[in-house]
Amino acid sequence: MNILVCIKQVPDIEQIKIDTSKNVMLIEGVPTIVNTFDTYALETAVKVKDADPATKVYVVTMGPEKAKEALKSCLSVGADKAYLVSDSVLADSDTLATSYVLGSAVKAIEASEALSFDLILCGKQAVDGDTAQVGSQLAEYLNYPQITSALEIALDGGKVRAKRETEEGNEVMEAALPAVVTITKTAYEPRYASVKTKMAANRAQIPLLTAADLALDTALVGLNGSAAKVVKTFVPERKKGGVKIQEETGELAADKLTALLSNAGVI
Amino acid sequence: MFFNEDHEYIRDLAREFAEKELAPIANEIDQNDEVPQHIYDTMAEMGFFGIKIPEEYGGQGMDTRTYVCVMEEICKKCIAASLIMSSANSLSTAPMLLAGTEEQKQKYIPGIASGKDFMAFGLTEPGAGSDAGSMTTKAVEDGDYYILNGRKTFITGAPFAKNAVIFAKTSPEKGSKGITSFIVDMSLPGVSVGKHEDKMGLRGVATSDIVLEDVRVHKSEILGEIDRGFITAMKTLSVGRIGVACQGIGVSQGAMDEAVKFIKERKQFGKRLADFQGLQFMIADMEAKLNAARLLTYNAAYEMDMGKDVTKAASMAKYYATEMSLEIVSKALQMHGGYGYIKDYPIERMYRDARVLTIFEGTSQVQQMVISGIVLK
Amino acid sequence: MSEYKNFWVFIESQNGEAKNASLELLSPGKKLADAAGEKLVAVVLGSQVEAAVKAAISYGADEVIKVDSAEYADYSTEGYTYALEQLVNKYKPATILIGATGKGRDLAPRLAGRLKTGLVADCTGLDIDASTGTVLWTRPVYGGKSMASIEIPSARPQIGTVRQGVFKRGEPDTGRSADIIGENISIPAGTIRTSVVEKIAEAAEGAVKLEEADVIVSGGRGLGKPENFSLVKDLADVLGGVVGASRAAVDAGWISHVHQVGQTGKTVGPKLYIACGISGAIQHLAGMSGSDVIIAINRDCDAPIFDIADYGIVGDIKEVLPALTEAIKKLKA
Repeated sequence: MNILVCIKQVPDIEQIKIDTSKNVMLIEGVPTIVNTFDTYALETAVKVKDADPATKVYVVTMGPEKAKEALKSCLSVGADKAYLVSDSVLADSDTLATSYVLGSAVKAIEASEALSFDLILCGKQAVDGDTAQVGSQLAEYLNYPQITSALEIALDGGKVRAKRETEEGNEVMEAALPAVVTITKTAYEPRYASVKTKMAANRAQIPLLTAADLALDTALVGLNGSAAKVVKTFVPERKKGGVKIQEETGELAADKLTALLSNAGVI
Repeated sequence: MFFNEDHEYIRDLAREFAEKELAPIANEIDQNDEVPQHIYDTMAEMGFFGIKIPEEYGGQGMDTRTYVCVMEEICKKCIAASLIMSSANSLSTAPMLLAGTEEQKQKYIPGIASGKDFMAFGLTEPGAGSDAGSMTTKAVEDGDYYILNGRKTFITGAPFAKNAVIFAKTSPEKGSKGITSFIVDMSLPGVSVGKHEDKMGLRGVATSDIVLEDVRVHKSEILGEIDRGFITAMKTLSVGRIGVACQGIGVSQGAMDEAVKFIKERKQFGKRLADFQGLQFMIADMEAKLNAARLLTYNAAYEMDMGKDVTKAASMAKYYATEMSLEIVSKALQMHGGYGYIKDYPIERMYRDARVLTIFEGTSQVQQMVISGIVLK
Repeated sequence: MSEYKNFWVFIESQNGEAKNASLELLSPGKKLADAAGEKLVAVVLGSQVEAAVKAAISYGADEVIKVDSAEYADYSTEGYTYALEQLVNKYKPATILIGATGKGRDLAPRLAGRLKTGLVADCTGLDIDASTGTVLWTRPVYGGKSMASIEIPSARPQIGTVRQGVFKRGEPDTGRSADIIGENISIPAGTIRTSVVEKIAEAAEGAVKLEEADVIVSGGRGLGKPENFSLVKDLADVLGGVVGASRAAVDAGWISHVHQVGQTGKTVGPKLYIACGISGAIQHLAGMSGSDVIIAINRDCDAPIFDIADYGIVGDIKEVLPALTEAIKKLKA
């Protein structure tokens, strides 16, 4: 079994501060992490490997040189090999362009490793952009079936069976391999690296794939090749702090709040 | 200047573990007086129990500085969770690495390195603390065996230890030059443990007496030479002191972090506490002392990695880092005002946890004796 | 580009009934269509969708395209993508609005990928450049810390999914009429490569419908211990609401993940949201900042949750919650 996990390096959004005087987001110097959902996807793949040691887990990301750190983090928690897709012409790609690049990378990695991936896992969405689009669009590019928002997977007989979250409850969906499955918050937590795996990951060689290596049509990538373009970003007006109640006892505070809510017609 | 990229990598790993796994439950560990098994399991999988133990005995084979990085990060959030790990890397294994036969090393160390079998360190006695040479536990030769009788006290991890290194007098007339160290299987007839001590701090790891009543220990379990055990004990403690210094700088940084967060949020007299110069001066003082302690600790670790005799360096690190930690946790608690006295805030626990650091593994006064002894030699 | 005309709203249906998430898009869709001088078309896909078609018309559709067949009784990514692809190729809409439901966010990217066009996810604001017909989509990024305005300037159709509850349904006008175009699209064999093999009935606890609740009372680590969730539950009960939780409380094992509100949990928009002992980490705010009225109860008067709360009580959860439950009981009696 060969599994490819697509990951993204994202800023740790909890640590982004807002300069309230200028109403801008202070993103410079914010530490980066592997997108949370991608860590669940990787753990899901590594669990398959735990059960069947013949399984190989690959990871790939598209991003700047610095994204190697995220790949190394993946190598330290069970991935066997990582590839970095990086090229300045790819900057500001939308999800359609990104899925074209990643889909091309899938084919290039398959060719260079002389294998084919049975399963491609992605995090359900990236916590910076929150689009939840790349997994499905990668499936479309590769013409593979997709299962989104999976909580756990099982593999058998050329099929993947995934328990997935829906608004009506959970369901078990099956798809023939190869397939793309996107992973949501799993019941299990990603494992930690050990001292040994961390050191080994830090020394790992990570092959680089450029736009030329992937024979990409540069008219279809980057800002110019993207159908959707960001026109502006802005920090939303913060709601002015509401009524704050501080009383001697919980009872007094509760009574005061109840009166306010009742007057405002909330309850 | 003391660390390379590898050290920083492992420090990041330990920090992530401490922030995600320990910080949320540190107060529960204190209140329930128990470190959950899954914490130990994770630490074992991460290789922390054998971080400094050579690879041929199942350890990670990393240097002392790597150990220092991990200890410091864990102790920022929860010293209790560091106790068994620090013991595994020092008190539990150093006696064997220093004096054991190859067979003994192969038999005992891998279990300790993997976190599976804890080895307690039995030196202190009710009547012999700093003055370890005055111990009264005796070992009398009897054919292929020695028969041990006596009582060891304040032994970390005694209730769950699989084995213990026990120091006992084989030639009582020779004082500290008549002490021998033995590896004692805790399941042997005649071995029992006393009550779980109800400690002020560092709650979560059981500490109790080990009672030895006519315990027959085979001669193959003698560690090193007869009557040479005291030297092993002293050398072991020297290794352990760097670990305690780490506990000192770790808890100090943890307390600083809590205090800084608190005084930046808390407002009195219409401004943040952090805007009062009186508190700013306190913070500056704490930060400078903490960094001095840190440099002493890092230096001791560095010298150990360079193969130097670190007796004095380790004692200075332990002495200064732990004395300074009492000052820092106290000031950090003071900055919290009344909230610092309430168990809802981590500083209350840190204050109690830090208190033992100037006492165990050699009191501050013993460290001063070691330091001045070398200076005045 | 000029051959692409009209605004489509994809009407998601279940058992023939239109989903709210779709109907509420007809009103903003109508505004955009009017501004561009184009028609608002509801596209209804499903099985026995008469009710959904009627609802779409009563909420403002100028025209309905319906594909009504047993083949569409159950949603499948590939089946629905195929049908919509055929319709888009035939009718060439300029814009497609899709509710950002689970199914909507599964379908939209696949469809946009198939059509090689742009897609904007989970929008909370819609505007239009009337001269070009290009929609200006606004959506939260970085967990809501920032907003992005996005355009799809040349690719058509331009597609967006719209966050549930952002736009309110207007009043239905059952007297309205509209042209209904029936299309027969049969899904070719082999198109659908997935199958649902089991539906798992949710356990009693799992049946929390956070997304549909009018009142949510959530608890976080500030509750101190898992047992205190009973105080949260008591308050939720008197308000006829459901219990939510922060990620920290879920991660601590205090309550099941099905209760989790936030970026890694559910995105909710109730009329009343009460956050108890929740500091207000961005990942939590991302899931609940769209609530109509937010009340925060926290011991730490500087907790970020107070920044977005309409009402806040600074105090001890263990005192405040029971008192509040009692006070509301009295009020309701």
